[in-house]
Amino acid sequence: MSEVAAPLVRIRGVHKSFGDVEVLKGIHLDVAPGEVVVVLGPSGSGKSTLLRCVNHLETIDRGAIWVDGEQIGYTLRGERLVRLPHRAIAAQRRKIGMVFQQFNLYPHMTALENVIEAPVGVHGESRTAALENARRLLDRVGLADKAGNYPRQLSGGQQQRVAIARALAIRPKLMLFDEPTSALDPELVGEVLATMRDLAGQGLTMIVVTHEIGFAREAADRAVFMDGGVVVEQGAPEDVLGTPRHPRLRSFLARFI
Amino acid sequence: MTATPDAGPHDVARAHRPFPTGKLLLWALVVVVAADFATAVARNPNFGWPVIGAYLFDATVLRGLSVSLSLTVVAMTLGIALGLLLAIARLSQDRLARGLSGLFIWFFRGTPLLVQLIFWYNLSTLFPELTLAIPFGPVLAHYDTNTVITPITAAIVGLALNEAAYMAEIIRGGLLSVDRGQAETAEAFGMTRLYALRRIILPQAMRAIVPPTGNQLISMIKATSLVSVIAMADLLYSVQSIYNRTFEIVPMLLVAVIWYLFVTSLLNVGQAYIERYYARGERKIAQAAS
Repeated sequence: MSEVAAPLVRIRGVHKSFGDVEVLKGIHLDVAPGEVVVVLGPSGSGKSTLLRCVNHLETIDRGAIWVDGEQIGYTLRGERLVRLPHRAIAAQRRKIGMVFQQFNLYPHMTALENVIEAPVGVHGESRTAALENARRLLDRVGLADKAGNYPRQLSGGQQQRVAIARALAIRPKLMLFDEPTSALDPELVGEVLATMRDLAGQGLTMIVVTHEIGFAREAADRAVFMDGGVVVEQGAPEDVLGTPRHPRLRSFLARFI
Repeated sequence: MTATPDAGPHDVARAHRPFPTGKLLLWALVVVVAADFATAVARNPNFGWPVIGAYLFDATVLRGLSVSLSLTVVAMTLGIALGLLLAIARLSQDRLARGLSGLFIWFFRGTPLLVQLIFWYNLSTLFPELTLAIPFGPVLAHYDTNTVITPITAAIVGLALNEAAYMAEIIRGGLLSVDRGQAETAEAFGMTRLYALRRIILPQAMRAIVPPTGNQLISMIKATSLVSVIAMADLLYSVQSIYNRTFEIVPMLLVAVIWYLFVTSLLNVGQAYIERYYARGERKIAQAAS
């Protein structure tokens, strides 16, 4: 073995179609532990679909995905690859935190209740420990004073920060961000990005699908550019974003200048 | 008070409300007509107010009321529980579950409740004996239908199965009203389907489920009067048994009407509280003084 740590996420030859439209056309991607990978690309490039395949919210048609050494959704029984039952897939997902474009907070629960729901109900944490951790996390995203508020009483940026705290509360090995700032008013984007930058600096493994070039430049270890269902270019953010080689990446970046 | 130099006499804060002449006249008219109608009813000897007073708390009437209420509670509880299962089956990926649930709903919503009750009550004419057995295999237990199907079991089974068919559609509608992203989020957090349903989906669906369920409950209280045809001594049956003896038909029916209205009024109040509970995340302002 080399001294390079085994990848936390391994994506190999993944294909995915919706009906006749093939949205992923053979994706290979590794994410090392502690790495922050930002996936960029125009709408319809398949980047959100790829993210949703990682925690099996979408099934894939070909290829394989491993997270933390386990193949997602399937297992080998001798020579036969069999689909895992729903309960086993649920168990695999418990290591993966996810933040959605539309926040998806539980509207019938307060911010604090949102954060402790999975730790108490799914991970079997004691309520006291979960509450203590949840208060700490809400404080970390700057919302300690909003613990008792319902999502509808919070701004979009505040809701997304609660959603980030909620995902962190399950102590994930991997965090998935699906366009976390795309549904926000421009003046609220900054507070969410600041929270994410803070996480990126603390060694959390993150895959971030976004349109925020600035975030990729400042916080990412690696930028991945997808277009038409394939990875077109990837590498250090300053190279990919500073000296783009592929014409499609150049025209994509031209829109942000 | 600070002066408003800009608007002066045009400041709308100084505006007077016009005198509501038309509205007051309408109020007066309604009050006069209502008072006139009330005195006419109160003075009319045909209503038999003293009879109503004498029988309102009569033991037979109260026993009938309690039969109606217990039947409602039992049939409604069973109906909601079975309705929930049917709704989940109807929304499942499994074609067999979907089909069976659809068939049940189709049959029990498509036939009159009165006919269903009579069928259950007369089940022994169709199947004189009930046997519990493995299909084409050994018999496990054996019952005489007439000992199993009494008026009370016929009433409960008939009302509950009919109710389940309606509740299934109400609950299905409620579940469909919840944003798809909620189920997806629950899934992403590794919740099992049952847990997600109980903690995330159903509490949100309740906002759409409670109002029509209130309707169903009120219908059910009145539908229990149908069981008088299978000799169950419910509220309506009790007042009938009294007026068959005394011939005070209208006063005795009014006794039943008063009780039905009293119970449904209580339910309306209860429903308002339940609705407020499930709307708790809807208020815009934090910790609003309710």
